[in-house]
Amino acid sequence: MKEIEVSGKTVEEAIENALKSLGAKREEVEVSILEEGSKGFLGLLGSRQARVKVVLPDSPEKVINEFLTKVLADMHIEAGIEIRPREGYYFVSFHGKDLGILIGHRGETLDALQYLTNLAVNRILQNKIRIILDVEGYRKRREQTLINLARRLSNRVKETGNRIVLEPMNPQERRVIHTALQNDSQILTFSEGQEPNRKVVIALRH
Amino acid sequence: MKDLLITLAKALVDHPDQVSVNQIEGEKSVILELRVAQEDMGKVIGKQGRIARAIRTLVKAAAAHEGKRVVVEIIH
Repeated sequence: MKEIEVSGKTVEEAIENALKSLGAKREEVEVSILEEGSKGFLGLLGSRQARVKVVLPDSPEKVINEFLTKVLADMHIEAGIEIRPREGYYFVSFHGKDLGILIGHRGETLDALQYLTNLAVNRILQNKIRIILDVEGYRKRREQTLINLARRLSNRVKETGNRIVLEPMNPQERRVIHTALQNDSQILTFSEGQEPNRKVVIALRH
Repeated sequence: MKDLLITLAKALVDHPDQVSVNQIEGEKSVILELRVAQEDMGKVIGKQGRIARAIRTLVKAAAAHEGKRVVVEIIH
């Protein structure tokens, strides 16, 4: 976070000066007026400069990067961090060798880090953001694996008539299964059990 | 592992200066005792222990990376 106090003939001029020295845009900063300023009599007697305090909060990218850099260092993991703003969220992707440790069993380590990153970063930022973490395209691959699994198991349900209960999954993964089978008129999917052991059930629709 | 636990806890609480971790070495495993300010307990435990679970998952992953077993205890 950067904070400066700047003067000018008018409030507008003071803000302009502040933005110039911060190298920031108007919509990025918070301005508080310390002194309105006045022209005085004939622009001479009793003229007072306007004074403003301008605060430039840290960007979400910077806050995310600082937190994750520290966590990776503490875990003795060497990885590049790439942060891209997307529609409605920030997509963070780790690059490097042997990052399986960061993914964990079925992505549980990555999900834990993602959850904690969202909490830690949103404690600092004024406006809440959503952060999604990924390692070398893992999320996409996992999604495709789940879609394939859903199709394969739904075929078996149709052959045998028996329902199949999947292993526990988080809400995002369960949604992938439900979505993959929602247009299948012979198949019904629903979830049962309590978090974090909630499981998708694939059954025949009667 | 200890550093990681301190980093995570400090990033979640209102009183980072009151975060401390005591490391107890066992034969095969390490116990990490986490202490935070009383009013910050909820910040490291979370609803139905969700935050504590995420912290443990991450610290265990770091420990496995070093070939160790670790238990994280949150001390009241």
